[in-house]
Amino acid sequence: MRVWLRIFFVGGLTSYRALFGFLSPAIFIPSLLVAPVFQVLLFAYIGRSAGAQSDEFYVVGNAIQYASIPCVFAMTQLISEERQNRTLGFILVSPAPRLALFLGRALPVIVNAWFVSAFAFAVGSLLLDVDIQGSAFAPIALVGAAAAFSCTGLGLFTAGIGLLVRETAVLSNVVFGLLLVFTGANVAIEDLPGWMQGVSARLPFTRAIEAARRLADGESLADVAGLVAAEVLVGTIYAVAGFLFLVTLETQSRKRATLERA
Amino acid sequence: MRSLRLLGIGWLMHVKMYWRAGFDGFLALVYPLFFATVAFFMFEPESLLYASLGAAVMGIWGATSTSAGSAMQRERWHGTLELLVASPAPFALLILPITIALATMGLYSLVATLLWGRLLFGIELSLEHPLLFAVSIPVAIASIGSLGFLMAVSFVRYRRAWALGNMFEYPVWLICGFLVPLSLFPDWVRPISWVLAPTWGMNAIRESALGGNALPDLAMCVLLGAAYVALGLAVTERMLRAARARAVLALT
Repeated sequence: MRVWLRIFFVGGLTSYRALFGFLSPAIFIPSLLVAPVFQVLLFAYIGRSAGAQSDEFYVVGNAIQYASIPCVFAMTQLISEERQNRTLGFILVSPAPRLALFLGRALPVIVNAWFVSAFAFAVGSLLLDVDIQGSAFAPIALVGAAAAFSCTGLGLFTAGIGLLVRETAVLSNVVFGLLLVFTGANVAIEDLPGWMQGVSARLPFTRAIEAARRLADGESLADVAGLVAAEVLVGTIYAVAGFLFLVTLETQSRKRATLERA
Repeated sequence: MRSLRLLGIGWLMHVKMYWRAGFDGFLALVYPLFFATVAFFMFEPESLLYASLGAAVMGIWGATSTSAGSAMQRERWHGTLELLVASPAPFALLILPITIALATMGLYSLVATLLWGRLLFGIELSLEHPLLFAVSIPVAIASIGSLGFLMAVSFVRYRRAWALGNMFEYPVWLICGFLVPLSLFPDWVRPISWVLAPTWGMNAIRESALGGNALPDLAMCVLLGAAYVALGLAVTERMLRAARARAVLALT
């Protein structure tokens, strides 16, 4: 059990620091601090121009949705960079338990995504002078953590796809774009066509964004507990599917010698 | 004449390369469609043509900003930066076609966004001045590419130049009037918008499509594009002299 925990916590953090290139301040500041604030501003001003929704709507939606950059990019990089550095084979021939190996890498991703989301929310609210009650901040932060968890689950899945394709940056950007369109970050879910609402219901963030908006409007955590639980459930389903996908790819790569094919 | 030929051939070669690249080709085509889709849902039906033109031109800047920022870093990774610097052709004439080619990739996204709006959202593109519209697009692309050139040579000393280029994607989308009228911003923002060619490129395309006078905007595009190139040449000279003197071109 001690070994399992060491691989989970120490191994996960070490891999995260070694392989997630965005942690360098030269990338972290422009990409994970400045860009999310400007995404919030962009959509808030488009909303003003279009006469669509309030600033609060866009601050909450985009602050949570931008967590997809640290979640999806990081999880994909944490696997694909092993291949780039020619260390994937060594990792996979090691006797380390796979659950600790893969999920341990997800924990720092969740913490970082939560921080990025909270930063965009705080700065976006200040710049746009959004009036949210102080008592709502802690529950919204909790919802942000649930959103970061669920998107990291999706990130595990894209990490598996990252083993099959070369262009992982393209893959991560496409996932980011899909989440931008489908999760209700900038367009109320009820304004989307029926088939898009069906897709929204199966994605991370959709429920977290709705829950955070209701909290910002004055509802209590108990009122949105069902949404938060559902968000965590969606994340768990993606995480389990992603983990099984990775293990399947590992097995297949052993059988067919396709580990570094892409 | 030789310079023009070098620019033309360099542009064609890089367009061909980027067209086959996943990030600069496929993503430049698809990525703006996500933002366009969101914008189409946000605007009222009567404003959809305004939104469609704005979202379409956003793609030109989107294709330019991140990749132009890292254009010289990419040459460094490929091991060709020293060869380009040492070649007898002026260095700027080798870099400028790269960034204009990147902006040209935005042409695909412009067409794709207009088609996306027409086919999925029923936005009809009725052009009041088709000839001016046809002129506005290459002028906007050239001026945005020139801004990309200035970014490329200014960021050459940064290893993570792509992140700096990426950082400018949203701010320029925000303040250059693509989907938000400049009148909505505080007064201090407007002078910043005025020195950015995408503002005038966007104006020229929109005015020519909707029936205004695009000529002053086109003139501003040409003026600013020339200013960016002149400034970029000065930066290039200074950067190359410093890199040679300190042997830091490779940044290793």
